[in-house]
This record gives sequence, structure tokens and C-alpha cells, in this order.
Amino acid sequence: MPEETIIRFENITKQYDNDPPVLTDVSFELERGKFYTLLGPSGCGKTTIIRLIAGFVQPTTGAIYFDEQEISNIPPDKRRVNTIFQDYALFPHLNVFENVAFGLRVKRMKPDMIKAKVREALRFVNLEGLENRGITGMSGGQQQRVAVARAIVNEPEVLLLDEPLSALDLKLRSEMQYELRELQKNLGITFVFVTHDQEEALALSDEVFVLNSGVIQQRGTPNDIYDEPVNKFVADFIGESNIIPGIMINDYLVEFVGNQFECVDQGFYPNEPAEIVIRPEDLEITGKDQGKLQVRVDSQLFRGVHYEICCYDKDGNEWLVHSTRKVTVGDEIGLDFGPEDIHVMRLGETEDEFDRRLESYEEVRHAG
Amino acid sequence: MRGRTRTRNIYLIPYMLWIVLFVIAPIVLIIYYSMFNIDGAWSLENYKRFFTPVYLSMTLRSFWYAGLITGFSLLIAYPTAYLLTKTEHKQLWLLLIILPSWINLLLKIYAFIGILGFYGPVNSFLDIIGVGTRQILFTDFSFIFVAVYIFIPYMILPIFNALEELNPSLVAAARDLGASSWATFRRVVFPLTFNGVKAGCRAVFIPALSLFMITRLIAGNRVITLGTAIEQHFLVTQDWGMGSTIAVFLIIAMGLTMILTETGKKVN
Repeated sequence: MPEETIIRFENITKQYDNDPPVLTDVSFELERGKFYTLLGPSGCGKTTIIRLIAGFVQPTTGAIYFDEQEISNIPPDKRRVNTIFQDYALFPHLNVFENVAFGLRVKRMKPDMIKAKVREALRFVNLEGLENRGITGMSGGQQQRVAVARAIVNEPEVLLLDEPLSALDLKLRSEMQYELRELQKNLGITFVFVTHDQEEALALSDEVFVLNSGVIQQRGTPNDIYDEPVNKFVADFIGESNIIPGIMINDYLVEFVGNQFECVDQGFYPNEPAEIVIRPEDLEITGKDQGKLQVRVDSQLFRGVHYEICCYDKDGNEWLVHSTRKVTVGDEIGLDFGPEDIHVMRLGETEDEFDRRLESYEEVRHAG
Repeated sequence: MRGRTRTRNIYLIPYMLWIVLFVIAPIVLIIYYSMFNIDGAWSLENYKRFFTPVYLSMTLRSFWYAGLITGFSLLIAYPTAYLLTKTEHKQLWLLLIILPSWINLLLKIYAFIGILGFYGPVNSFLDIIGVGTRQILFTDFSFIFVAVYIFIPYMILPIFNALEELNPSLVAAARDLGASSWATFRRVVFPLTFNGVKAGCRAVFIPALSLFMITRLIAGNRVITLGTAIEQHFLVTQDWGMGSTIAVFLIIAMGLTMILTETGKKVN
């Protein structure tokens, strides 16, 4: 539905001088009221995307639309978006109240209105009563909340968050993750969240965009991306995976490590080379000479919720297993998995081609 | 531990000697001499004389000119420093600005006598474009102009440093919150670089209070400041007592300026 689209990127390329482009021909649409995450390693172009939305940089080619109006060359102060910066960028010469009031003051709002709105924003982030505190003495978590209050007090339609949790310690970070998700639900506005932390992305988002070297590799719900990665990069970046070369013999039949297995994938040419993904938690440990694979345990690490077990098969392929069961290093064990645990990836397939293939056999299924 | 403090104290000896011989002793001497009148008798007459209209107006004039020089330097230096932070080869441009300050002050002043003189290039130019030659040397304009030229590097440097230290994401944040570029400057950039401005003003205003070389050579002693008065009392009228008294007040004025432009504890 077009009226739900709030931001649209149309063939955006961004290049600085003669360096290789930071973003290459990126197109996407963001819908109103959803939580989006841009996920990728550093230098993948994710921060450039939100800087483009905020207006700090202009696209080299292509156009950005906000509410179907082109905004590519509109300065940041004229855009209805606000940003939470990685270092929070709180004004050190102003106290908490004045930091939050900044956006309202430059809009020349009446002082009593400002007072009421700032109070409300601070209540929203649980910072009531700290109006007169200086910024420099505050903890990271508190500064984070001030930055959130300073942004939302302007009632933006889109909130951009540039790795806002990366400076916090682990416990505070997971706490703030809940708060941010809660905040987004309460405000009902679009969040565009940038992170390199895949767990954070999976936990928070309605939709995740996985980026690498200036190209969107895959977009989808956290479940889609985790269960059906489109290529090796996504499979490797999101969670841990066993990725092994194989051959797609036929629809529903794949061969790897010298055996043929039943699977749920289709739409390949007969005997097409492919890559097989099996998540470590989908491998089940069975006794020796049972299960579908025979491996020898090489090492074992206790990770708290599970053991991380590293095994090798007779061909020398590494198999990573996550299990709550403890094994003995050096033992021969069997590994078992079901057809739906196997995900087969076509070599060099783009996201569009992947979607088209998925659609084509959905149709086949409906027709049959 | 004690051995280490002792060696540290040895290192301090040259410094302490310097301070005692060239800072404390001269100040004590100045205060001592200011207590003698022109006939060599001990009195506080000089201090009484300082509060007569002649010296008070001279003091006011010194402050006025020092203020003008500081003001114009700031007006030119701030935008220059700001542009410098935006250029690609900052260090090179900065070096070019600092370079003239390494050349002897007198040399530069003599150069200006040549440039601004009645038969100098500026007047030739004015003649060619039809404005006609005029008296440029020995005017308030030439005095302020040359003084600003001399002092400007000392104003640019601290402002440049303050602008360099400014976190660029604060500027981005201000724009993001709806501030125009002017509002961003007024509400964020200027307040956060104000310490640099104060340091620059201090570096210009204090020496500008006691200028006498430029007043003599460029302003032709038509502008009499406290610096000129001290020089005249010591070298011409031989009234060391009065000269010292003026110096005492100058030191007090400098001290006050230091306190007023105190940069305080650093924010950020």
C-alpha cells in the first residue's frame, strides 16, 4: 500500500571522490511504524544510509523520497526525522533540560509549552527530576536516555539510531534493547536502527536489512533471514552456521559428504552445485553408528546455555554443534538432522533471484 | 623516593633563578621606584598624580585602542579560523598564517612605513584609481591596521584549536534538531569555542595595552598609550618614579584582564 511507505530509496549510489562507492544502486521502501534494522560489518554502508536519510550527505546518483516527496537535497534541519548518534552528541554546555529543549527552542516554541513537552519527554525515558543536571557527570545509560528524549520531543516521523547501544556494557545494553523496542511500540513511529550486532538485530526488528560492501544482501523478518539466508555471507554473519559444498541432485534431494539426503528445497537444475547450511543447534547428537553423519569430537566449550562442540568428519569437514548434552573429546559420535534443517543456497544467487525462485515453486505447489 | 624528589628539585633551580631574577625582582624594583618622586624623595605623590585627568584619559585611551585592536582581530580571526578548519591542507595554511609572526616586529613595522608612506605603493595605487594621495601613516587607521596585522596570528591560533576540538557530531546534532546553520553557530559552535575566543582576546588585549613601538613609528606618537608614557618617562623626562607608577597600574590591569578572561574549567 503506497500510503504506508514513508521513505523510499531509488537507485541510490554514494561515492566519495574516486574511492569505490560506499553504496551501489540501493533501492528500498520503509513503511510507517515499523522497526527496521540495518545490519552489517563496519564499512558496509549502513551508517551512510541513515546519514542520507538524515540529510548529512547527499546521494551521488538516485533519489530519496519522504512521503513521496523528493528530499535528496533538502538540508537536515528541514527534514522530519531525528537522529540518535553513536556518541549521543549531547551538548556539553547545556544541562539536561536545555539539551532536550534544544529542538523546541530553535523552533521558537512558547517557553511554557517547551517546559511541558520537555517534562513529558523526560518522564517517557524515566529521567524525571534530573532537568538541572549537567551532561558530563551522567552515566552512559543516562546520556543515552537524554539523547532519546532530545530526539522524540520533536515528534519525528522517523527516528534514526546510529549504533546507539555500542558504548554500553552488556547488561545495560540488553536492558536498553527492551526499552527501545517498547518505546517504538508506544510512539508508533518508524525506527531505523543501525548495528553490527546480529543478536540485537534479530531481537528488535520487524525487518532486517543485511548489508555488505554497499549492497543489500538480504531483507526480511528476523526469522526469514535466520532460516533462509540467501548466500554464504548472510548465513555466516547471522548466527553460526555449518556451510558445506554439495550438489543438488534433484528437487528435494541433495548430496553432500558423500551421501544423499532428503531436503525441502527445489527450483535448481539437476546436479547443480550448491552450498548447504545447517545451523549448529539443528544438529542432534546420537550414539556412534547412529544418525546421518559420523564425526569425531575435536573440542568442546561451555557457553552457559549450551556446549559448543567442534567435530570433524572423515573428509575433514568441520561441524559445529550446539547441544545441552556434554560429550567426551576424542569420541566418535553420530549427528542427526531432519530434511527441514537443511537449507540449500544456490551459488552467487542475488536476493531478487532467490525471491523469484521461492515464488515460482510456491506457485507450483499451489498449482499442484 | 626522597632521592628522586631531590633530583627534581635540582631541575627546578634554573627555572626558579629565572623567575626570581627576571620576574619577581623587576616587579619589586618597579614598585620600589614608584615610591620616589622626581626629586628622589620618598612619597606617594606619583600615585596621586596617576589619578589626574592627564593620566586617567591616557589609561582610558590605552584600553580603548587595545579594545579596538582586539575587536577587529577577533572579527577577522574567527571566520579565518573557521574556514581554516574546513580546508584540505589545514596545517599548511596555518603555517602561512603563523609565518609572519616569526619575523622581527621592528622589521615588519618599517616595512609598513614604506608601504603606507606618502610615496608608498598604497598611495600610488590610490592616485591611479583617482582617489588621490592622502595621509595614511600617523593616523588612527594605520595604527589599528598594523597592530591588528601584528596580533592576528595570536588570535587565530587558540580559536583554530578550539574549533578543531569541537566534536563534529554536535554540529550534526544541532542541524538534525532543526537548527539552521546560523542557529547552530550561535547556539552550539560559538559557545563551545568561547574558551578559545577568550584565550585569543587575552593574548591580544594584554600586549596591546602596552604598545609603544607601533604608536611611535606608525601612529607618529599621535596616539599616546600607557606604553608610550612609560617609555617617555624613563627615556625622555627621566622621571623613573612616575614611569614605574604607570607600570604598576599596567601590571594591575593585566592581572585583571587575566582574571576576566579566565577560561575556567574545561567543558567536554
